[in-house]
Amino acid sequence: MKRIKRVEEKFYIGLSAFMTYSLIAVLAFIILVIFVKGFGALSWDMVIKVPKGGYYYGGEGGVLNAIAGSLYIALGATLIAIVIGMPAALYLNVHLIRYRRTQNTIRYFLDALWGIPSIVYGAFGFTLMLFFGMNASLLAGIITVALLISPIMVRTFDEVLSTIPKGLHEASLALGSTRSETAFRVIFKQGFSGFITAILLSFGRGIGDAASVLFTAGYTDNIPVNLDEPAATLPLAIFFQLGSPIPEVRDRAYASAIILTVIILSISLGARFLSKRYSKTNLK
Amino acid sequence: MQFKRQIADRLNGSWMIISLSTILVLPLVIGVGLYIKAAPLLEDVSLFSLIFSSEWAPSAGEFGFRPFIAGSVHVTLLSFLFTAPVCLLAAIYLTQFSTRTLVKIMHPVIDVLAGLPSVIYGVWGILIIVPLVAGIAAFFGTASSGYSVLSGGIVLAVMCIPYTLNMLIEVFNTVPSGLKEASLSLGATRWEAVKHVVIRGNYPGIISAFGLGIAKAFGETIAVMMVVGNVVKVPGSPFDAAYPLPALIANNYGEMLSIPMYDSALMFAALLLLMIILFINLFFRYLIHKTKRQ
Repeated sequence: MKRIKRVEEKFYIGLSAFMTYSLIAVLAFIILVIFVKGFGALSWDMVIKVPKGGYYYGGEGGVLNAIAGSLYIALGATLIAIVIGMPAALYLNVHLIRYRRTQNTIRYFLDALWGIPSIVYGAFGFTLMLFFGMNASLLAGIITVALLISPIMVRTFDEVLSTIPKGLHEASLALGSTRSETAFRVIFKQGFSGFITAILLSFGRGIGDAASVLFTAGYTDNIPVNLDEPAATLPLAIFFQLGSPIPEVRDRAYASAIILTVIILSISLGARFLSKRYSKTNLK
Repeated sequence: MQFKRQIADRLNGSWMIISLSTILVLPLVIGVGLYIKAAPLLEDVSLFSLIFSSEWAPSAGEFGFRPFIAGSVHVTLLSFLFTAPVCLLAAIYLTQFSTRTLVKIMHPVIDVLAGLPSVIYGVWGILIIVPLVAGIAAFFGTASSGYSVLSGGIVLAVMCIPYTLNMLIEVFNTVPSGLKEASLSLGATRWEAVKHVVIRGNYPGIISAFGLGIAKAFGETIAVMMVVGNVVKVPGSPFDAAYPLPALIANNYGEMLSIPMYDSALMFAALLLLMIILFINLFFRYLIHKTKRQ
C-alpha cells in the first residue's frame, strides 16, 4: 500500500515537472525554428527598404513599409489607449475606493472585455468605417487597435494600482488635496511601474495583432504619410508573403517573422526591466 | 487658487468617468453595431436555419453556418484536450513543488509565450506541425495534406497554454497553506495533499480557467486559419480540413461587398462569435469572482 503511494507520488511529480520543463523547450523550439528558417533571407535591405517593383516575384526591397506601418498603428493606438485607459484605471482606484462592490463589478466586465477576440474588433471597426464613409486607412487601424488594447491597458494598470495601501490615499486627502490631485500626483506616481508595464504590454499587443487590422488598415507598399492613407502591417506582411508560390518570397516571410519576434521579445524584456527599475523607489 | 483647484478637480473627474464609461459600454456598442449590419440577413432567414443548415453558397444566397460552427468546435475541443492536462500539471508543479529559481525562470517564459503574435505561431505551425500531422496521417494510413483540424488544435493548444496556465497558477496560489499542512501532518504524501486539497478544493477555479481558455481558443483567428485548411465541410476526422468561424470572416472580407447579403452574413458570424465568447467569459469570470470573495 505504502509503496503504491510512493510510486504514484513519484510518477505524478515527475510528470508535472516534465510538463513544466517542456514549456520552456517549446518556447525555445518555436524561436529556434523561426530564426533558423529566416536567417538566410535576413539582411539590412529587409529592414531599411520598402518593396521595389517586382518584390513579390523575388525582386529587390524590404518590409520597411510594414515595420513603419505597424509602429505607427501601435504608437497611435497606445496613445489613445493611454488617454482613455489611464484615467479610467485611476478613477477605479481613487474615486471608487470606498465602493468595493462597484469596483469588483467593473473589474468583472473589464476582464470579460479582455476576452473578446480581435477579429470581432476588426469586424466592428469595419462597420464603423463604413458608417463614417472612411476607407481602409492608418486612422481606422489606429482606432480599431485602440479599442482592442484599452481594456488591457486599464486592467494591467489597475492590477498594480489596487495593491497600493489605502493609507497613502488617506494621507494625501488628509493633507487637503482634491481627489484628482490624489489620483494624478500620488497614486499615479506610486503605480508608475504598472503604468509602464501596461503601456508596453498594450504596445506589444498592438504590433502583433493581425486580425483587427486586416479589414481596417489595408495594405500598401509605401510608408504612410497621412492618417487617411492605407498602412501595411508586419503580421499581414508575413501572412501575405507566406501565401506566395515563390520560394524567395516565402523565405522573406520567415525573415520578417524574425523581425517581428525580435520586436516583441525586446518589448517583453524591456517591460520587465523598466517595471523593476521604477518600482524600486516606491513607498512601501 | 482654491477655485482653480476645484475646477481642475471637476474637469479631471469628468475626464476619468467618461473614459471609464466609454470602455464599459464598448461591448454593447460592438454588439449593436454588428447586429445592425447583420439584421438584413436575419430578416430573410430564420436564426435556426442559419445555424443548422449546411448549405453555403453566398452567390446563391444560401448561408448555412453549420460547417463553420462545427469546424470551430472541433478545433477548439481538440486544443482543449492538449491544453488541460499540461496546464493542470504544470500549474501544480509551479505552485507546489518547484524551486524558487524555476518559478523565476518560468515567469518570463510564460509572458513571452503569451506575447508572441499569432502569426508567429502560424508560421511555426506551417513549418513544423503541418508536416508532422501529414506524417502521422500517413502512419495511420489516411492521406492528409497536414492542413487539418489536428494541426489547428495543436497550434491553438500551444497558444492557449500560457493563458490558462496563468489563471490556474493564480487559483492555486490562493489555497491556504494550513489546509495542505494539516493533510500532510495526517500522513498524506505530498501528491495526495495536492490531489485532495489543492485540486478538489478548487474545482470552480480550475473549471473557470479551462472555460476561459476554451473561449480564447474559440476566437483565435490568424494562426488557426494558416494551418487548418479552410475547406467548407463538417470535418469527419482530425485529419480533415475545417473552416472555423473566425477564419471565415478573415478570409472573405475582400469580396463581401460585391455579393448581396454576404457582408450581412459575415457580420452575423462576428456577432455569433462575440455572443458565444462574451457569454462564456461572463459566466466563468462570475464563478471566479464568486469563489475569490469567499
